[in-house]
Amino acid sequence: MKLKLALAQIATQLGNVQSNLEKHLRLAEEAHRAGAQLVVFPELSLTGYVLQDLAPTVAHRPDAGDPIFEALLETSRQIDLVVGFVEEDVRSRFFISAAYLSDGRVVHVHRKVYLPTYGLFDEGRFFALGDHVMAFNTRFGRMGMLICEDFWHASPPYLLWLDGADLFIFTSASPGRGLKGGDRLESSRWVDDINRGYASLFTSFVVHVNKTGYEDGLNFPGGSAVFDPNGALVEHAPYHQEALQMVELDLNQLHRTRARLPLLRDERTTLVLREMNRILHQQG
Amino acid sequence: MIDLSINTQLVQNILTGFIHTEITRMGFSRAVIGLSGGIDSALSCFLAAEALGAQNVLAVCMPYKTSSPDSLEHARLVIEATGVQSLTVEITEMADPLIARFSEMDAVRRGNIMARMRMVVLYDQSAAFNALVVGTGNKTEILLGYTTLYGDSACAINPIGDLYKTQVRQLARAMGVPEAVLSKAPSADLWKGQTDEGELGFTYAEVDQLLYLLVDERYTPAECIEAGFAEPFVQAVVRRVQRNQFKRVLPPIAKLSNRTVGYDFLYLRDWGT
Repeated sequence: MKLKLALAQIATQLGNVQSNLEKHLRLAEEAHRAGAQLVVFPELSLTGYVLQDLAPTVAHRPDAGDPIFEALLETSRQIDLVVGFVEEDVRSRFFISAAYLSDGRVVHVHRKVYLPTYGLFDEGRFFALGDHVMAFNTRFGRMGMLICEDFWHASPPYLLWLDGADLFIFTSASPGRGLKGGDRLESSRWVDDINRGYASLFTSFVVHVNKTGYEDGLNFPGGSAVFDPNGALVEHAPYHQEALQMVELDLNQLHRTRARLPLLRDERTTLVLREMNRILHQQG
Repeated sequence: MIDLSINTQLVQNILTGFIHTEITRMGFSRAVIGLSGGIDSALSCFLAAEALGAQNVLAVCMPYKTSSPDSLEHARLVIEATGVQSLTVEITEMADPLIARFSEMDAVRRGNIMARMRMVVLYDQSAAFNALVVGTGNKTEILLGYTTLYGDSACAINPIGDLYKTQVRQLARAMGVPEAVLSKAPSADLWKGQTDEGELGFTYAEVDQLLYLLVDERYTPAECIEAGFAEPFVQAVVRRVQRNQFKRVLPPIAKLSNRTVGYDFLYLRDWGT
């Protein structure tokens, strides 16, 4: 089985949801016409990243009653979409969320569980913590979504793996930094290294889409990439420019890799749980 | 030896993208730059010309009567090499009446007046040219506070403020800044014979390495001394960085209400764009 997907490595207008929505619809249409079945947009793709006090004013609810999602859900009848947005729950908590939309329905929403609040990051000041890491079924198999800092921690991808995800969709709005990375920024090199690692360790597909453009002095380098279950690079989008990168995944690679390398079969989850309980009990 | 070398192509891409994006999203397409004849403003001019097109950049030379003739000549080399538009506005007739008003004025006060007169000219030209002012301050001088507040530090955007002087030199060379500009001793040229390194009391090569450890690598002063830097040098630089923090922040506003600019009214400059 093949999956043709499009990595929508976009720059956004900060806090201008309508303008960003129009870009989403335009690129989704373009991806659909090019034969893509799924288009993935980066973290906070409908709003931009450094929102600060803009966060509550750009929040939406992922359902058909919301004018932004109404348009996106209509588009999802043609092509599956992953979009990034600020989610407001019924009690007015604000989350950094990603939604998987397909055939006019919201298939899954992931709320970012790790909010970096250190160095140049201040997410914990403005957003609530998500509380779940769950895989979900799509028409292409079982997937999992994580947002940026979520996969700088090893446990959320591990949980998704155990929950049945064979394809990881990682979205980010990661400011580029570090000049010791040769022809790439250090942060770009780092994220490729860990994503290749996840693909290899979990014998799964990893799809990473990063934002591009600038917000004040921050640059977002893009460099979106896809790794296959062998940890091999399938496709890499350019750095520092917008791109709609088309990628074809041969999902049968899961079968071939796992026939050779049964890491999933041999994973000892009961041992993990037992040792986790011991460690947490000792610490407590 | 601490390696401060950079991938010049990568940095050039990021900085030209920054200039282009941050100027156009504000509804402008042009830049003005105060061109001193030194390496920092030469590099900013090269970057702006690449980002916006040479015809969209106005380089303004603003000599004072004591300025070195070399400065103007070197600025001219940069204008020719980049093909940017240019204008020379002497500041002598602006600055001298104020300087003459106070007979006891020392060189620092005179230097600050010159820097601020240049700011006035530059911001006026930005209005006339329908442009934004592109800054020319590097990371070394920002950290050391070797700059005049509301003078040469005034700008709309600063592309080179996260590059140490050593790195400015590397990028300037890679972008083709003329050799005469690359090889001369850095100077604010506020009085005859002034050089940055003479005034600061250390070389950029030395202080950049120390600043890199202190700032980028988060070394403690004691760890810098252990790494081989002389204790008085480390202490002098640490003091200097701390004492000049006021030049790196907006003036604090006394908080009274529930929502105050700077504390809990938080938006990027790029708000809505």
